[in-house]
Amino acid sequence: MKKILLILFLYMNQNLVIADTPILFEDSIYNERYNNILEEVRCLVCQNQSLADSNADLAKDLRNEIIAMLNNKKTDNEIYQFLVERYGDFVLYRPPLKNSTWFLWLGPFIFLGIAIVVVFVFISRQSSNKSDKEN
Amino acid sequence: MLRYITPFLIFLILVALFIFGLQNDPREIPSPLINKPAPKFLLPTLHNPEKKISNNDIKNNVFVINVWASWCVACRLEHPILIEAADKKNLKIYGLNYKDKRKDALKWLDKLGNPYIESAFDEMGKTGIDYGVYGVPETFVLDKNGIIRYKHIGPVDKNQLEKFILPLVKKLEISE
Repeated sequence: MKKILLILFLYMNQNLVIADTPILFEDSIYNERYNNILEEVRCLVCQNQSLADSNADLAKDLRNEIIAMLNNKKTDNEIYQFLVERYGDFVLYRPPLKNSTWFLWLGPFIFLGIAIVVVFVFISRQSSNKSDKEN
Repeated sequence: MLRYITPFLIFLILVALFIFGLQNDPREIPSPLINKPAPKFLLPTLHNPEKKISNNDIKNNVFVINVWASWCVACRLEHPILIEAADKKNLKIYGLNYKDKRKDALKWLDKLGNPYIESAFDEMGKTGIDYGVYGVPETFVLDKNGIIRYKHIGPVDKNQLEKFILPLVKKLEISE
């Protein structure tokens, strides 16, 4: 009987079961924005964790700041700007494309391009070697 | 000949990159506050909760702001260096006591000495966030107009003090 009641309770409160972060806002849109923002921001103390994952004190403080800003009707961009003004571009997992970050964004594609060129040159050399030997 | 040398050259380039990379601390983040005015704050002082201190008090002279806390182990490392710098090298240091308990902070200064002209009591850490503090201790150098000119993350050692901080302070004192 207890089991049935428990399952019924959970079924009627799926939002409590599915979400692994406690609900902070009445409007669920805020929750979504909040969770998205947390995933985009690096924790500066535990630098391989996002603000969503980190238990560091600073992460907790910053989460509270973000909650306060959301409640003050700030936009996502205003919140990101707040963080970047204080901590720099590094705090965002996806930093804006500017002079200092263009290599970070385009670098992998440039290296891929170079690799493709090298492979082609190598293959064409191989095939011209083969055709030389056949003749 | 070239086909034998090329991989070796690539290897040498990689070695050079690694040597360069390993000398930098990837955890240190350049501060976006350099050459910007010191962020506004208004806080009670540590020693006297009735008295307030603000960013406007940290002007008209070259000052250092040192972010510290009694719970911060690394702060103990740099503390004697700050005391000596304040005493013997005439360094003017303001403290930002970050997320600390008043009682503990006062006891800490009593025990280890107080190099600060005054310490602001940032109990909630909000001012720390405005200053981009993420790893206590942190040290800022401000020029006479209250513009941040330098930030050091982590404890200040003698080398840092004598090679970077003191020469910068001297330079800023001479300029307008």
